[in-house]
Amino acid sequence: MMNRFLRVFGRAVAGLAARIAVPIVLVVPLLAGLVVPSAIWASEADIKLEAAPIDVRDAVSLQSGARTFVNYCLNCHSASLMRYNRLRDIGLTEQQIKDNLMFTADKIGEMMTIAMTRKDASDWFGPAPDLSLIARSRGADWLWSYFRGFYRDPSSATGWNNTVFQGVGMPHVLWQLQGDRVLKHEVVKDSTGREVKDGHGNIMKTVKFESVTPGALSPVEYDTVVRDLVNFMTWMAEPNQVLRKQVGIWVIFFLAILVALSYALYKEFWKDVH
Amino acid sequence: MSDKPEFNQARRNILIATTCAGGVATVAAAVPFVSSMLPSERAKAIGAPVEADISYLAAGDMMRVEWRGQPVWILHRTKEMLDAVKATNEKVADPKSERKPSELTPEYARNEFRSIKPEYLVVVGICSHLGCSPSDRLKAGPEAFDPEWKGGFYCPCHGSLFDLAGRVYKNKPAPDNLKVPPYTYLSDTRLLIGEDKKA
Amino acid sequence: MAATEKHPITGAGPFNGILTWVDERFPLMATLKGHLTEYYAPKNFNFWYYFGSLALLVLVLQIATGIFLTMNYKPDANLAFASVEYIMRDVSWGWLIRYMHSTGASAFFVCVYLHMFRGLLYGSYRKPRELLWIFGMLIFLCLMAEAFFGYLLPWGQMSYWGAQVIVNLFAAIPFIGPDLAIWIRGDYVVSDATLNRFFAFHVIAIPFVLAGLVAAHLLALHEVGSNNPDGIEIKKHKDPKTGIPLDGIPFHPYYTVKDIFGVAVFMFVFAVIVFFAPEFGGYFLEYNNFVAADPLRTPQHIAPVWYFTPYYSILRSITINFFWVDAKVWGVIAMGVSTMIFFLLPWLDRSPAKSIRNRGPIYKGALAVFVVCFFILGYLGTQAVSEGKTLVAQICTVIYFLFFVLMPWYSTIDKCKPEPERVSK
Repeated sequence: MMNRFLRVFGRAVAGLAARIAVPIVLVVPLLAGLVVPSAIWASEADIKLEAAPIDVRDAVSLQSGARTFVNYCLNCHSASLMRYNRLRDIGLTEQQIKDNLMFTADKIGEMMTIAMTRKDASDWFGPAPDLSLIARSRGADWLWSYFRGFYRDPSSATGWNNTVFQGVGMPHVLWQLQGDRVLKHEVVKDSTGREVKDGHGNIMKTVKFESVTPGALSPVEYDTVVRDLVNFMTWMAEPNQVLRKQVGIWVIFFLAILVALSYALYKEFWKDVH
Repeated sequence: MSDKPEFNQARRNILIATTCAGGVATVAAAVPFVSSMLPSERAKAIGAPVEADISYLAAGDMMRVEWRGQPVWILHRTKEMLDAVKATNEKVADPKSERKPSELTPEYARNEFRSIKPEYLVVVGICSHLGCSPSDRLKAGPEAFDPEWKGGFYCPCHGSLFDLAGRVYKNKPAPDNLKVPPYTYLSDTRLLIGEDKKA
Repeated sequence: MAATEKHPITGAGPFNGILTWVDERFPLMATLKGHLTEYYAPKNFNFWYYFGSLALLVLVLQIATGIFLTMNYKPDANLAFASVEYIMRDVSWGWLIRYMHSTGASAFFVCVYLHMFRGLLYGSYRKPRELLWIFGMLIFLCLMAEAFFGYLLPWGQMSYWGAQVIVNLFAAIPFIGPDLAIWIRGDYVVSDATLNRFFAFHVIAIPFVLAGLVAAHLLALHEVGSNNPDGIEIKKHKDPKTGIPLDGIPFHPYYTVKDIFGVAVFMFVFAVIVFFAPEFGGYFLEYNNFVAADPLRTPQHIAPVWYFTPYYSILRSITINFFWVDAKVWGVIAMGVSTMIFFLLPWLDRSPAKSIRNRGPIYKGALAVFVVCFFILGYLGTQAVSEGKTLVAQICTVIYFLFFVLMPWYSTIDKCKPEPERVSK
């Protein structure tokens, strides 16, 4: 009696589990891939990154970022896969591009390269990577955290260091906007005033930035400049991303119709089968 | 398969609807592939208009500029050369450039001298026969191919002759006058080859 | 086939004449009948039976997008990386063609893995379908090679170093290894010579072989007819008058219409990924591959693309030097055997029942455990090594092999139900 019940019950559960489990096993990884940012970023580090508050559809932000990029970055870095005339996509006219953003090129169809050769650049201050795709390899969050992670470090070659990229060879190019900061290590104390130790027995310290001299911009203004710069670099890494999503909406909509129609056709024909 | 007429009708309707939707999908899917074969941004950038500085071009001299992989000649014509153009009216096959005007001769070149300003001839230096680039024989005087040569261009491949307005001589292998490319004056000393003056 | 008399074609309206002309000179109607309208398939195909036709769809998609990519791609170490970005930015709709190709590569493996899993579920590799299974396994091997060669082409950091690591595996083979690796590369390290030849393999050599194998696969299938979820042979019970299997239905229109629905659903999911998540969290387009290959700097963390990770895990899990042979070599051997062992399935499986529906709890349990191990191995393959993770990988590798090695034993002792006569509904 019991055996029979168990068998029937077991089969029912197995059947139900199979019907639920199989779709879940197939669909969950799909959704996870869409939602969970995972896999290995080119940064490798286990640094906590802040989410970059960017929106690549914001043309004003992108234009501001383009100006910052051309003025501060293109001296040492190139963006040799990015054409100047592509900047029309973010709402600039050819004349505006020529007047304000083209320092190393004559024709609007040229790429954003730097004036010096790669060999010279490499000899003078070490190879500064091309930035066309940096937002795709390191990620917008990394860039956002990076530009806000510089601090004075007398022991480094440039006098600067970065919490996100320790030992970086790049100085704080935007320091005049942000001002000088140093890193302050504070010992973590509990409510009784005693030092707290972590799992390995080391004394825990928190790391804080302390401003030494203020910059030309307030912290909020600086963050806005960085946000626009990161926004621009994210857009530049894939200029087609806005169009991609716009076309995608239409394609999905149309394919939904096609799924419905083909399902109706399938069901209609299969009425015959039994 | 089925006998009931309602079934067959319903089946046909869904079949037609799905086939139409599928047809639209196929065409839509083909668009990106077909258009990917159009000139890319790089091709367009390379084929972009070229500026030419004619401030140092002396009268009687010719300069060559490359546009879209083709040689474009800019000839600073002297008064004698302009007279020679008038003199060769009878010798050329199409003196008024009436053949294929939209291809070869833009509006502003449909005049006596085939140019915006008479002093400067701008033509694409490719023979209309089979594509060789003719040599310049700008000086008037007897030549092997024409004892009464008034000046112009001689194509060495098959012997076609062009006058100092780029017009092809009669009875030569080349059928058409030399093409006048779109061009405009940015200033008295700068030409932009490849683009007409914006209206 | 040719002995049957040919009749003029009717029912095609204005095309009757020209079709008859063709049919007199070409086996047009024989082919359409033999493979579509009078080819009988079991009527109880379920969800698992979509993936064969979907795999064929993806093959066509990859070839179509591949042709257009080849129009603009430059197989030169100095130009390759920039040419991919040229396609993404400067070629009209190039970005879409690229994303379809990169998503298609992963979709190909999803479809093929699920298609193979169907074979494990229903015993599709059993007699008389052993050759069908062998062709399928050859297709799988070609697919892995095609993906491997194709992955070098973007010439990113992962492309370069992934190729470097895998070709060095061949160097591990005793005696001939190092020379073999040099011969494969055409150079002492992965270089322009390697890129050019991988391009030739990826664009021409393997696609031709794949096309031929797919044709052979379909011909072998049609020769014996499809298996089905109940594991019965529908040809056993035919209608005495027509000779048509009682549980069979003509492939066209029933399965053409069903597969079209499958295609529509697949394209929907495919489009969601292509347009909204082409990188897929860094699994379909790896972040590190947006950095141009640098022969002087190895990325900290090299992992193969997700579809190779289970085998990569098995490779890394062999850490002990057995006898006088390096652990590295055993790892390569283990990895090779783990793919090849699938060839033996028709002969390892001794169960009287074909389909899992008629098999006992031992096989069900074994298959479930095998699948779980496969996923765990896949996950571990994406991670960096650690002591704990290596131990787990080793356990899973052992279970993986035991699934096959013990099969002749547990498939016989398993308690099976008798094979039903007719399909269930």
